[in-house]
Amino acid sequence: MKAIWAIASTEFRRMFLSPLAWSILAVVQFILAWMFLLGLNEYTVQTQAIAVGTEDIAGISEALIPFLFSTAASIMLVVMPLITMRLFAEERMNQTLTLLTSSPLSNTQIVLGKYVSLLLFVLLFVGLLALMPVSLSLSTQLDWGQLAAAALGLTLLLAAFAAAGLFLSALTRQPVIAAVTTFGFLLLLEVFYQSGHSQGASSELFVYLSAFGHFLSFVGGMFDSSDLIYYVLFIGGFLVLTIRKLDNDRLQG
Amino acid sequence: MINHQDRLISAIGLSRYYSDHCAVNNVDVVLHKGEVLGLLGPNGAGKSTTMQMLTGNLSPSVGEIQINGIDLLDEPRKAKQQIGYLPEQPPVYRDLTVGEYLHYCARLRNVPVTERKEALERASERCGLQEVSKRLIGNLSKGYRQRVGIAQAILHNPAVVILDEPTVGLDPIQIREIRSLIRELGKEHGIILSTHILPEVQAVCDRVQILNRGKTVFNDTLEGVESLEKVFFDLIFREADVAEEHVKEVAA
Repeated sequence: MKAIWAIASTEFRRMFLSPLAWSILAVVQFILAWMFLLGLNEYTVQTQAIAVGTEDIAGISEALIPFLFSTAASIMLVVMPLITMRLFAEERMNQTLTLLTSSPLSNTQIVLGKYVSLLLFVLLFVGLLALMPVSLSLSTQLDWGQLAAAALGLTLLLAAFAAAGLFLSALTRQPVIAAVTTFGFLLLLEVFYQSGHSQGASSELFVYLSAFGHFLSFVGGMFDSSDLIYYVLFIGGFLVLTIRKLDNDRLQG
Repeated sequence: MINHQDRLISAIGLSRYYSDHCAVNNVDVVLHKGEVLGLLGPNGAGKSTTMQMLTGNLSPSVGEIQINGIDLLDEPRKAKQQIGYLPEQPPVYRDLTVGEYLHYCARLRNVPVTERKEALERASERCGLQEVSKRLIGNLSKGYRQRVGIAQAILHNPAVVILDEPTVGLDPIQIREIRSLIRELGKEHGIILSTHILPEVQAVCDRVQILNRGKTVFNDTLEGVESLEKVFFDLIFREADVAEEHVKEVAA
C-alpha cells in the first residue's frame, strides 16, 4: 500500500511538472466554462420564458447538468489519451522503467500506483468541473442528488478511459502511438454506442459494450448498480491485462 | 539444496533464449561477500542479459538464482530488496531534482522514514552529489547523471550492487573517484560490474569472469594473471578460430 502511494504521489507530481497537465486543465476548463455560461444563458432566456405559467418545468439542474457533463465527457475522450500516454510508454522510451522493475515491488503495485495517479487527476478534473454547477447554489436550489450522480458517472467514465489508456501505454514505447491507439479505442466505444442506436441495425449488445451508454443514465441522475458493475469490470479487466503485460515483458524480454 | 553462507549470489546454469537465439548459455555466476567481480566480454557476449537476469528484470529460460539465500524467482520482492542495480542507461527522471529523485527511490526501496534522510546523505556524499541535490537531473551532465544512477543503486544499502558499465561517459577524475568508490563499497557489499575497459578490471576487481557468445570462457582471480589483455584476446580469438574451423569442417 505504501509503495502504491509512493508511486502514485510521485507520478501525480510529475504530471504537473510539465506544462502538459496544467495547459490541458486550463484549456478544457475554459471551454467548459464557456459551454456552461452558454447553457445557463439559454436556460434563463428561453426555457424560463416558454415555461412561464406552466407547471412541472425543468429545473436548472435537469437542464444544465446533463449538458455540461456530457460535453465534458466528449472533450475528455480526446484529452485522456494525452494524460495516459506517458505512463509506461515514456518510461520505456527513456529506459527508466528499470527503476521500478528492479525495486522490491510487484507488478501489481507498479500498475496500481500509476493508475491511482490517474485517478487523482480524474478527481481533480471532476472536482473543478463540479464547481460550476455548485456556484449556482448561491442563488438557487440545486438538485444535489443529480449533481452527485453525474459527478460519479463522469468519474467512472474517465476512470475507465484511464484504465484503457494505461494498458495501451504499456504496449508500446512511443507515447504518441499510445495516445493514438487510446484515442482510437475510446472513439470506437463511442461508435459502438452510435451504431447500437442506428436505425434498422440497432443492437443491445453494442449499446451495452459502449462505455457511454452507462454514463448517460448517471448523468440523468439515475444510479444503477449494473452500470457501476460495468465500469468496475471494465477497469479491472484492463488493469489485469496491464499487469499481465508487465509480467510477460520479464519473460519475453 | 546446500546453503552457502557467504555466497551473496549463487546463480546456477543460467540460460536465456530470445526465440531461437541463445544469448546466455549455461552460465554460473557466484559472488562472495566482500568481492568485486568483473564481467567482461565483447559486445553481444551476454553481459547485460546476465545482469538483467540477476536483477530480476528478465527471467532466465533455464537456471536458478539465489540472492543472499533468497530465491529470486520464488520471492522476487524479498530478493530485490538485497540488490542495487545500475543499468546501462541510468534510470533517472529528468524532470525531478536529484534530491527528489533519491527520496523517491528510498521510498520505493522501503527505507524507513526515520532513516531516509541519513541514507540520502550517505549516498549523496559517497557519489559527490551534495552540491547538485537541488538541481534538475535533466540539466546535469552525463557524468553526474551516472553518479545519480550509482547513488540510487547503493541508497538502500543492498548486499549486492550490480553496475552495468558504470564509468561510461565520465571524465578521468570522475572515473578515478568512481573506482575508489567501488573498491570501498566492495569491502562491505558484493559487487558485480561489467565493463569494456580492461585496465579498469585490473584496477578494481578481485575476480574476472569473461563471457563470449553467451558462455563463460574464463573465471578466475586476477592473481598470477600478468596481462589481462593477453588472456582476453587469446580466449576470444581462440574461440573465433575454433568456430571458423568448425565451419570449414562442416563445409568440407
